[in-house]
Amino acid sequence: MATVLEKPEVSNALPPAKVKGRQSAMHIPDGGYFPDKVEQGRFGPIFPRTPLNYGFTIIAKIKPGTEENFHNYARNIEAAVAATPDVLDVLKLHTLKWALFDIEGSTYFMYQGIFDTDFDKYTEDAVNIFSSTGIDTVFENLEGFPADWKSNPQAFIGFVREHHRPSFMEYAEYSYVSAKEVKSALELKQSFGTMLDNMQL
Amino acid sequence: MAHALELDDIQHILLTRTPALTGRYVFLKFASPEAGRGWLREMIATVRSAAAVDTSNSSWVTIAFTWNGLKALGLDEEALSTFPDEFKVGMAARAEVLGDTGPNAPEHWVDGTNRPDLHALAILFARDAAERGRCEVEHDGLLTRCPGVEVISSLELEATPPFGYAHDHFGYRDRLSQPVIEGTEDIPYAGCGGPLKAGEFILGYPDESGQPYPMPVAEISRNGSYMAYRRLEEHVGKFRDFLAEHGETPEEQELIAAKLMGRWRSGAPLTLAPEKDDPELGADLTRCNDFNYKDNDPHGYAVPLGSHMRRMNPRDTAANINRRRMIRRGATYGSHLPEGQPDDGKERGIAAFVICANLIRQFEFAQNVWVNDRNFHELGNERDPIIGNSHDGTLEYKIPKRPIRRKIIGLPAFTTVRGGAYFFLPGIKALNYLAHLGTAAQTTAPTLEGVKA
Repeated sequence: MATVLEKPEVSNALPPAKVKGRQSAMHIPDGGYFPDKVEQGRFGPIFPRTPLNYGFTIIAKIKPGTEENFHNYARNIEAAVAATPDVLDVLKLHTLKWALFDIEGSTYFMYQGIFDTDFDKYTEDAVNIFSSTGIDTVFENLEGFPADWKSNPQAFIGFVREHHRPSFMEYAEYSYVSAKEVKSALELKQSFGTMLDNMQL
Repeated sequence: MAHALELDDIQHILLTRTPALTGRYVFLKFASPEAGRGWLREMIATVRSAAAVDTSNSSWVTIAFTWNGLKALGLDEEALSTFPDEFKVGMAARAEVLGDTGPNAPEHWVDGTNRPDLHALAILFARDAAERGRCEVEHDGLLTRCPGVEVISSLELEATPPFGYAHDHFGYRDRLSQPVIEGTEDIPYAGCGGPLKAGEFILGYPDESGQPYPMPVAEISRNGSYMAYRRLEEHVGKFRDFLAEHGETPEEQELIAAKLMGRWRSGAPLTLAPEKDDPELGADLTRCNDFNYKDNDPHGYAVPLGSHMRRMNPRDTAANINRRRMIRRGATYGSHLPEGQPDDGKERGIAAFVICANLIRQFEFAQNVWVNDRNFHELGNERDPIIGNSHDGTLEYKIPKRPIRRKIIGLPAFTTVRGGAYFFLPGIKALNYLAHLGTAAQTTAPTLEGVKA
């Protein structure tokens, strides 16, 4: 136990193979879990943290004829984020990618999100943000999505788990870094540039 | 518009803080449904509703049951199945979610609350030791009249000196911030947020979601709630040693203590008294919560981002905060360790109940995320410095400070979980219903109406 002065460092919470900010690749066993290291969350086992942090790739069949709804939801989100940039803050997102594609005559939806926290931790907050902002959820157009999702987070996360297709390899050029840290670094660079500009006066 | 609360059916502990200086928790097992119901029928007479409670009395009783206890009383399988899974399996089975691992794990608990045959809890709060003794004798008499009701363990509560205000063994002033429920006469203090919908704490009423509010069978659950019991040993000697190691003067030691909590031990919040303690502010409930974080302290220069107070109520820096609030009741136990004396090795701590309508959304979220998520507020390698599980000695504590923050590494564990359980706190009618299960007095079978509500 000691008090030390702060100095630039990599996180000492990570073993050497998981050095923050460096390139890192990880092979993940079938099923998405490392069997000897499964952590229990409130709604079941938590998928492991990878160099990309956490994420979901949800693939589910859409209700026939609802393709336009997906595009409308995308427009809604575009408008909501433009109006209130931090509207999705609670999801602790890095990136979100949506795609529609066909398999044997049926249309499927892929929702791929990369987060800084396991979804289990903030499930109710995510449900709340969807319902309270009027963004609602595009998932309502997916077959088998629970009708009572707004009052039943367990059912919501059950659907997500059931339709999640875990990766078996993930790579990050800058691993284990949060979106907040990335934004902080960019802001620091901007501020430093401004400081140098001011030094010219 | 607020739904009128059925105060005559709600056990008083949900809405009333009684002026107790001592008390006793008794954990019980029923050998048969008849034994349990016989005990309950006599105990009901001592339980007061929120409408009937009299704070000028000398003692106050509360009764609650585990899921296994409801089963042991003879509640049928269909009704039992309507309770949520986390309540059914109990706190010990949720240990990993709650951070109850290592020395905190249920196998080390000392009071039998990890046993599957823990069925019931009787809480006695008393004004003084004499009244506690009188109630104990009365209850012992009841137990002799109720063969088949066995005491698994009991815990005697003791306020710690000085007795003028509630505080824990570390010296931190307690009972500074509680949510206020819509429909009660309580008025929230500045900074405590507005009154919350009753359904956040009491089953059968609308909650903050605006959505339907499912509950188990109405006969049992209406006007009831869930209680998470935590018996937390406080390692006072270790805490004082830590302060001495990290603060050269008494003033520096007080500041370190304040930085761990977010308040000076007097109760004064660092947001409003960042440099120097202000005991008058700490004692003034109308002022000592009047702050937020986004505007007043976004970087944690006053209240560190990982401090106990900021974790347990992140105020305006958490989404959906009104769905995470909890009511806390409880007291300290064990003897006071006078300042300057070495730790005597005796167990002392806090034995408290967290009351909420949804264990997984409120209590378990707080434990799993606010208390034990190492990356809460992107802190990297921290847990709650007071009640987080830091037994492995690898955690840090960061104190933001200009020009450069202070980081303490190898933070010791100041508390250890010594017991815990999930209880259901029935309303008065439900207590009577349970007491008369299987008898002519039970005139109707439970319906599943509440499940669909």
